[in-house]
Amino acid sequence: MGKNMSGVRVLVGTRKGAFVLTSDGKRQKWDVSGPHFAGWELFHVKGSPADPNRLWASQWTGWHGQLIQRSDDGGKTWAPVDNKFIYDGIPGTHQWYDGTAHPWEFKRVWHLEPSLTDPDTVYAGVEDAALFRSTDGGGSWQELSGLRGHGSGPKWQPGAGGMCLHTIVIDPANPKRMYIAISSAGAFRTEDGGETWQPINQGLKSEYIPDPNAEVGHCVHRIAMHPSRPDVLFMQKHWDVMRSDNAGTLWHEISGNLPTDFGFVIDVHAHEPDTIYVVPIKSDYEHYPLDGKLRVYRSRTGGNEWEALTNGLPQSDCYVNVLRDAMCVDKLDPCGVYFGTTGGQVYASPDAGDNWAPIVRDLPAVLSVEVQSLS
Amino acid sequence: MIRVVLPAHLRILARVDGEVTVEAAQATQGAVLDALERRFPELAGTIRDHVTKQRRPFIRFFACGQDLSHDSPDAPLPGAVASGAEPFLIVGAIAGG
Repeated sequence: MGKNMSGVRVLVGTRKGAFVLTSDGKRQKWDVSGPHFAGWELFHVKGSPADPNRLWASQWTGWHGQLIQRSDDGGKTWAPVDNKFIYDGIPGTHQWYDGTAHPWEFKRVWHLEPSLTDPDTVYAGVEDAALFRSTDGGGSWQELSGLRGHGSGPKWQPGAGGMCLHTIVIDPANPKRMYIAISSAGAFRTEDGGETWQPINQGLKSEYIPDPNAEVGHCVHRIAMHPSRPDVLFMQKHWDVMRSDNAGTLWHEISGNLPTDFGFVIDVHAHEPDTIYVVPIKSDYEHYPLDGKLRVYRSRTGGNEWEALTNGLPQSDCYVNVLRDAMCVDKLDPCGVYFGTTGGQVYASPDAGDNWAPIVRDLPAVLSVEVQSLS
Repeated sequence: MIRVVLPAHLRILARVDGEVTVEAAQATQGAVLDALERRFPELAGTIRDHVTKQRRPFIRFFACGQDLSHDSPDAPLPGAVASGAEPFLIVGAIAGG
């Protein structure tokens, strides 16, 4: 797979703009362009797997709200597309931070997930939590309201970052099947292309809700899948690293020997479906690495047995965070792994995590990192 | 013809330098914003809500040394704005950055 690929393009969203980092297949020397959309918060920038020149960016400020930008030339030029995210019907209420009922209000787009096959189709995960889809290249957005309307919506409550739909995973073998995750409602699955949804949180245990085993209320931070084995899902929950072998119907814990199982990111090696990566964070109170050491942990056994990867990463006085959309893998051989920090560093490993080096050190706080493998 | 000064982010978004001018049906905030969004569709939603037309919380409207942010969208703008002598200022609140 990786043999025919000649380079990578890393798309970085930050608190004050987007940056595009490009390199050849060696992934040692990098060109940096940006900031694009200077001064705006770029929650997510991602390319279409069906057309790598088509990129999507979620751009936001407190002043002017939400914009969606589209590039058709790999990020050289951009143009705004539709930014109307109107909930379907009467939105109803969810729980506010204090537990009272609060009406659904659109705030921003956290995550853009392009279709695997159609460059004009893209999904948007938004705050307050809902899923939208455009099938006309961003010309208009429609809510897939079966998710919000499936019944448990009034029990959903915001996580510390807001009540956001931040994870969208499309099954490459079955385009009707998708997964989403909401902080803090939990994970949901559709089998009919987004019309109807069911919560898939069995096996999750969360001490911060009245019934730790409840159907909804879990603060799922991120879900990852290997495309060759779409029934196997990996999850970084608020606390606990979890795995499901049956498309999310039941989860079991795989935190194993991790020094802490709090964290945000999780991802899977491009060519080894049982090799997974997390960045352990000390706790929900202390959003930084344990002992001031920035360590990626890798399991080559699908969980439970983890090794610390430290070569090239700071091993003292490091107190950055790695946010949920800020880790990704490329498809080259060997697999490249990337992550960005709230301290503005983007680290790359061209050898599956054995060795790391910063591509850039001093960007604004990094919100998202995605990579495209280019031929 | 009404002169409008946009904040920096929106000048970049609309690809303009300096002031812009609009032909509004009436010299009111609402009509000026309608005309502005017709001329620059990419500004829709960035100054006021798409549906409710409420001013976004971190946006202020000034003109002639006055804060007009809390005026009704249907209230007449000052004569100097209506005549083009003074611009209508759309400003990002200091708390927004």
